Amino acid sequence: MSDNQLLEQIERYLNGEMSNDERAHFEVLRSENADVNKKVAEHKHFVNLIKQYGERLELEKRLNALHSEIDVHSLEEELMIHPSWIVSIWRNHHSKISVAASIAIFAVLSTLFFTGYLNNKEVNYVKLSRELDHLKNSTDQINHKLNNLNRSGKGNSNPGNFRGTGFAISSNGYIVTDYHVVKDADSVYVQGVDGKSYRTKVIYSEPGADIAVLQITDPAFKSFGPIPYAFKKADTDIGENVFTIGYPRDAMVLGPGFLTASTGFRGDTTQYQVSTPVDFGNSGGPLLDSKGNVIGIINAKETHVEGAAFAVKSSYLLKTIQDIPDSLKGSLNLNSKNILASLSRVQQIKKMQNYVFMVKVYNQ
Amino acid sequence: MSKELNSGIPTDSEVILGILNNSDSVLKRLYIAYFPMVLQLIINNNGNADDAKDIYQEAIIVLYNKVKTGDFELSSKLKTYIYSVCRRLWLKRLAQMNRYGGDIKDFQEYLSVDDETEKNNERDIQFNKMGSALQLLGEPCKTIIEDFYINNRSMQQICEDFGYTNADNAKTQKYKCLQRLKKLFFQQN
Repeated sequence: MSDNQLLEQIERYLNGEMSNDERAHFEVLRSENADVNKKVAEHKHFVNLIKQYGERLELEKRLNALHSEIDVHSLEEELMIHPSWIVSIWRNHHSKISVAASIAIFAVLSTLFFTGYLNNKEVNYVKLSRELDHLKNSTDQINHKLNNLNRSGKGNSNPGNFRGTGFAISSNGYIVTDYHVVKDADSVYVQGVDGKSYRTKVIYSEPGADIAVLQITDPAFKSFGPIPYAFKKADTDIGENVFTIGYPRDAMVLGPGFLTASTGFRGDTTQYQVSTPVDFGNSGGPLLDSKGNVIGIINAKETHVEGAAFAVKSSYLLKTIQDIPDSLKGSLNLNSKNILASLSRVQQIKKMQNYVFMVKVYNQ
Repeated sequence: MSKELNSGIPTDSEVILGILNNSDSVLKRLYIAYFPMVLQLIINNNGNADDAKDIYQEAIIVLYNKVKTGDFELSSKLKTYIYSVCRRLWLKRLAQMNRYGGDIKDFQEYLSVDDETEKNNERDIQFNKMGSALQLLGEPCKTIIEDFYINNRSMQQICEDFGYTNADNAKTQKYKCLQRLKKLFFQQN
């Protein structure tokens, strides 16, 4: 039996076209011959696949016919999510809007720049008195109270709520510092490089120039001895080699530098700008020129500019001292003899370190 | 969802009966009823109207085959089912085209329908093979096979159309064609 004949038989068998005899005969053949049986199954499957393929083509044809009846374009218009008017304005005009916005921003910035608004550095300007941690602070207050109760408050070494620097202006116990250091103080102590601490009182202050004058009221105090530096009356020129010493931390620290501008922050004519490194705690420290004349009092720095510190000019210090009423002034005699002029920096500091104090301020 | 065509939407059971009975009018109403929903899904998710047509027809075919083979159980609304199948197919298509941005704007609730689209995919592969095997077969074999097996024409009619002198010749020719078709079909990978 050829392949074709077999195929014909299989087809007739599957289509139910065989007579009963033939059918019985074929079924015997099928059960005896596994090969034939397999061919029957294969053929059935394949013919089915052809039929299904045909049906699929037919279905696709029908669907395409149906599809052509739908007005897809208008449906599409209707169903597309249309962005809100603001989005469509942006899409259509974004280049113009961008240009307009850039011009507006540029105009605002240049206006701000030329009006000097951008130079506003108020927030960057900090007074250099030192505020210590809260915890330490409260412990100190307790200590201080205890000390007071024990009447042994003199000479205590606790650091105070605020700290600044001050320096002697006369041998009999007058010390000058910044007003902002001693502002709102309940009690003010000064502590020298030797660790000795004296109680003082604020006898006069000039908030406008940020200057305060203290007098040591401690009975233990005798005299400083002759002050080695003098106070310069005239303004100092830009470029002068200057230095300050002060107490930004527990030890005395030297801050060398140059006088970099004859006016202070935002053109303040009562101040100089100096390039000395200063930190909180340097406030009230003396600013001296290379000859050892006091030319100013350190009072502030600009936080965002490296090495831009400010000092109140000594002429304002002298003016403040003159303004002290005689009733308060007592025996304040300003030193005018400078013995540092020909000394080296090291010697100058050695001579003057006994006259520069850590100012410790307590308030409740 | 106010943008649907509300007229002539067939009920779900109407659709199933209609498919089983090969009803043209039900198929038409079904097709027209849910196409806008699918169009809305596709065109608002990086596709165009032609994509919508392809996807929608594929989904209708999935539904059609499931109903025909009798294993279709309506566990949700037919609308939800069609939407879900289309959504699934479109996500797959987007991923293939690398246009899938990670999210899809939805307009209907949907179910998870993974396996059904997979099954349909296999069948599509078989049909593609059959289509290309028939193309390779060439005339007159292609027409003989199509007429006999698909269009259910008798050997007698085919014999007359092709001018064979007798039906036996035509039969012999048909079997030769069928053998060649099988060979071409199974040669493909």
